[in-house]
Order: sequence, then C-alpha cells, then structure tokens
Amino acid sequence: MPELSYREAVRDALSQAMRQDEDVFIMGEDIAEMGGSMGVTHGMLEEFGPERVRNTPISEMALAGAAIGAAVQGMRPVAEIMYEDFMTLAAEQIVNQAAKHRYMSGGQVSVPVVFRTQGGAGWSPGAQHAQQLEAWFVHVPGLKVVFASTPEDVRGLLWSSIYDDNPVVFFEHRTLYGIKGNVPEEIEPIPLGKARVHREGEDVTVIATGRLVHESLKAAEEAEKEGISVEVVDPRTLQPLDEEALVASVKKTNRAVVAHEAVTRMGFGAEVASVLQYQAFDWLDAPIERVGAKFTPLPFAPAMEQFVIPHVDDVLQAIYRTVNRKN
Amino acid sequence: MAKVEEKKASLRKDELKDVLREMLLIRRFEEKVEERFRAGELPGFLHVAIGQEACAVGVCRALGDGDVIASTHRAHGHTLAKGTHPNELMAELYGKTEGCSHGYGGSMHLYDVQHGNLGANAVVGGGLPQITGAALAFQLRGEPRVAVAFFGDGATSIGTFHEALNLAQLWKVPAVFVLEDNKWAESTPESQHSPIRDLSDRAKAFGMKSVKVDGQDVEAVYKTARQALEHARSGKGPVFMHVDCVRLHGHYIGDPQVYRNKDEARELAETRDPITLLRTKLEVSDEEFEEMDAEVTEIVEASVEFAKNGTDPAPEDALKNVYA
Repeated sequence: MPELSYREAVRDALSQAMRQDEDVFIMGEDIAEMGGSMGVTHGMLEEFGPERVRNTPISEMALAGAAIGAAVQGMRPVAEIMYEDFMTLAAEQIVNQAAKHRYMSGGQVSVPVVFRTQGGAGWSPGAQHAQQLEAWFVHVPGLKVVFASTPEDVRGLLWSSIYDDNPVVFFEHRTLYGIKGNVPEEIEPIPLGKARVHREGEDVTVIATGRLVHESLKAAEEAEKEGISVEVVDPRTLQPLDEEALVASVKKTNRAVVAHEAVTRMGFGAEVASVLQYQAFDWLDAPIERVGAKFTPLPFAPAMEQFVIPHVDDVLQAIYRTVNRKN
Repeated sequence: MAKVEEKKASLRKDELKDVLREMLLIRRFEEKVEERFRAGELPGFLHVAIGQEACAVGVCRALGDGDVIASTHRAHGHTLAKGTHPNELMAELYGKTEGCSHGYGGSMHLYDVQHGNLGANAVVGGGLPQITGAALAFQLRGEPRVAVAFFGDGATSIGTFHEALNLAQLWKVPAVFVLEDNKWAESTPESQHSPIRDLSDRAKAFGMKSVKVDGQDVEAVYKTARQALEHARSGKGPVFMHVDCVRLHGHYIGDPQVYRNKDEARELAETRDPITLLRTKLEVSDEEFEEMDAEVTEIVEASVEFAKNGTDPAPEDALKNVYA
C-alpha cells in the first residue's frame, strides 16, 4: 500500500480522473505554475497543459459560474476556490445557480461540478483566511457537501465527487495537507453519504469532522487511560448525512460528543445533535455535548487564536462531562 | 472544427413576414399573460418584454442549431423565439406539469434544454458566468457552437457581468453577450445606475469586440446578431452586442410606473413599436395584418386552454429533482 500525504492524495484523484477522462479539468486562481496556494495542483500544468489546468483571474463568481456552465454541457470541472472564506464570493453561483438548476428546470439539467476549497485555523491567518463555513452549504438543498480528514478518504471521496452528477462542495482542511497515510494501490471510490468509524468504543461516541477527527482520536487515547472507551466516527459527507451510522453508534454507547472546528453556535454539530436526540432519545444517558470554536471571528495573535478554536483537551473535557453525569 | 452553416446575411420579404408574425405572437402572448395575471389566474412574479420583441426574435433567428441561450427574468419572448411551444410556456406560467420547467420554475425560471434554452435567471446577471462556461466547454471540445447571454442594462453594474466578460475575453470563448438596453433597471433610469452614457463603452474595458444596433429594427438585429455569431464561432472571441431597445410596459405586471413620464411612454409606443415599424416597412395591409393577428391570437387562446386543462403537480412532487 503506497503512502500519500493528504495533499498528494487530492492531486492523485484529480490527476487520475484527468488521465482517464477528457471531460475533467481544473480551474482556479494560481493553480497552474504556482500549483495552488497550498501546492495541491503542483506539477499538473506540466502533465495536462494550460487548457485543462486553467489559471483564472481573481473572479470567484466567474470561475464558479464558468465551471457550472461547462458542467451543464456535460463536462466535469473541478473549480478550486483558494480559501474557504472566498466561498462567500462564489456563493451566488453555487447557492442560487448550481444548487437549483436541476430543480428549477424540473429535472432537465445536471450540474456535475466540484468546488474544492480549503480552510482552517492554526497558522494565524486571521479572520478572513481560516473560517470553516460548512454550515452555510449543508443548509442548501441541491448541494452535496464533503469534508475529508485522511489521505485515503480525501482521495476516494474526491473521486466520487467528480463522478457525482450533482454539485459538490468539497472542503479540505489546511493543517491536514501534510499528514500521511496509506492508500489503496488503485483508487477505491468512497460513496458519498457513508460515515467512517475510525475507532470503536463502548462508552462515548465522538462524531468529528476535519481536523477535529485527529484531535478526537488523541482525546480517545487519553480517555482510554482513564478507562473510558471512546468510539470516533467521521461522517465524511456532511450532506447527505449518514444518520444511520451515527445513530447506531450512539445507541451502542449511549453518549455523544459532536466536534468540529467551526463556530459551535448554529454549527453543523447542532443538526447532528438534533438527529441524535430525536432518533436515539431513549438510548441517551447524558445530554449531547458539542465542541467547536468560540463565537468570535478568528483572531490573529496566536494565543488568542488557540484560545478560540477547539483542541484535544476540549474534546476530552466534553467526553468527561458525558460519562461523569449521573444516570 | 466541424463546419456550421451560418444563417444567411439577410432575410427575404416572406421570411420577414414570418418574423412579424412571430413578434406578434409574442406580443399577444404577453398581453394575454397580463390579462390572466390581473384576473388572478397566474401565481408568481411576472415581467413582460412588450416592446422588446425584435431583440428576442432577431437574435434567436440568427442562432444556429446547437447554439444555446441563457435568459433573464423577462424571458417569455426569448423562450418562444428559441423554439418552446406556446402551450408549454403557458402551462409553466400556470404551474402545470406540462410546462417547459414542469411547474418547478415559473416565469423567471423558464428552461427548455432540448431547444438550447439553458434557463431564465431571476438573479440579475446570474446567467452570464455560466454562458462563459458553456462557451468554454464548446471551445475545449472543438464544437462549433456559440453560447448567448441576454441581460439588461441594469445587469451591467453587477459583478457577474464584469467577471464573466473579462473571463470570456481572456479565454476568447465563443460567446455573445446581448445587452438589451431598455434604459431601466426596474424603476431606476440609466442616468441613476450608470456613470457612462453609452453602455457599449463597457466592452472596451475588456478589449471585447462590440457592436451596436437599433433593437426596434428586427432586420438590423438579425443581421448584427448573425455577424456577432459568425465572429464568435470562428474562434475570434466573444462579442458584446448592444441592443438599444424600448420597454413599453412596467417592470412587472401591475407596476404603476410612477417613476416614468407618461407622455414619453406614449410617444415611444406610437413611434418605436417594433411590430408597427416592421409592418410599415413591409407594407402589410390591414387585411393581411388582421388575418395574421387572428391566427396568432388563436394560438395564444389555445395555449391558455391547454394550460388550464393541464395537470397540477402533486404537492409531494416538490421533493423530486433536488438531486440527480
């Protein structure tokens, strides 16, 4: 089994799709010679040429819209939105156009486009280069939303996203690009809407996304030392959500923590908590705990940034609160 | 690149009579829409393009097979001119499953992909980047097709317009951007929404070829559109087609137009109606015109009957078509 970084895994999915399929091409700001702001598309210009690795002007609306227009004509474009924060600029085209063409046309149109973007705190980029905005997009019917946390998942999920006939918003976490992991020799498509159990446990389920999957796995190890058995589940696809897998896990452990880096309030975790309390109400032995960022824009000074975003210890404390509660 | 035959440079007199008939059909169709809306039969927000028929018909006549359009909230004329049957359009306005968007779209979201209509857009300027993208797909595949966006003068102030034209020119994609300059952004006159008096100047900012035409003269619109399409199709890049036209009615049906000088509107109706202009040019007799009118009126009446007898979607059909 080869080992790839998360960054290489994204590149591998893009490259393999482009090798086998003329309809797949990529476009975005600084993705050609520079290889993207995070180096994800590095080297792809040399292999595929400027027709299929298309540098765009700083025009998020136009590049998102052009990808949609090409997708409606049957191509499978992957548009890179350089920073997740800039998804707000592309939002008109993604939310009002891509998500609704099929519906408004009564099923005449498919929009097989992927919007890749990346975000995440940890490097002190400040308030406009590190937000986690997945909750904005999971709220829009017509979009699928993916947030992968490992090299294997990011490769298999990106592949499935490229070949899905719906618009997919594909979130990557900046601090994960360097992590390495084994991947299958051949790409194994991972179906959208299937959660992954990273670690089995008996006492508490932690449902985590992105960077918080890794923080939660560390928290689980810590908890184990205290004799608490933690199950860690990554939904991987946020829309559609694998409710069945999440509910099954919580029915087994009777306790749940939902963890993401995005602001806790009104976050994706609120919907997960709602699903769990409704479908597993009689199984729950404690209120569902939520872990996320504090309700502030992201600050610049590293000490403040670290204070605002969640870490291993926040997950661990949430685990303790669920198990220490008297039944 | 496969060869596509451009439409011929000009139209014969009998063809122009057919153009007159088509414009009259659109006029009578929209007058009927106004009447049925006021009678309380039509839900939704409705915008008619009465006075602008020459642009829709002139441009769409010049399109080749395989060319596509994206329209605006003022879409009935474009939709009919691009080939959608009046029955299917009227059924859509009544929210019936037989409608061109099967009841999911309505007047502001008219689609007919089979006829190359990629959809009307209720977000001003919303379709423009996608026309750049459709044209990009044609370019990448070496298909001799052109993508055409309709939009109004109000759209020239929105970001999608500038981004889409910039990108289209940068990549020399086969697109034509048709500005229907009726001098009004809803109720706001051009003097209040644009700092420049000639919107053709917008194209200069992108180095884009620009052509201007009197939008009340359907023959001129056709000829200009044909040249623009030929330019785009030959790989020379996109064209900005500035169509100077007249909106004879309000922004929406029921708009009291308190912002507009009534005398001016009346004068425009008397002197700049594209149907009257063509009728005079072709020296169509009263008798012939009345015959033509009766014929299109019958088609329009039949479309209302068709629509009223159409199928109401089941409420739960609302859950379909969210995902492919």
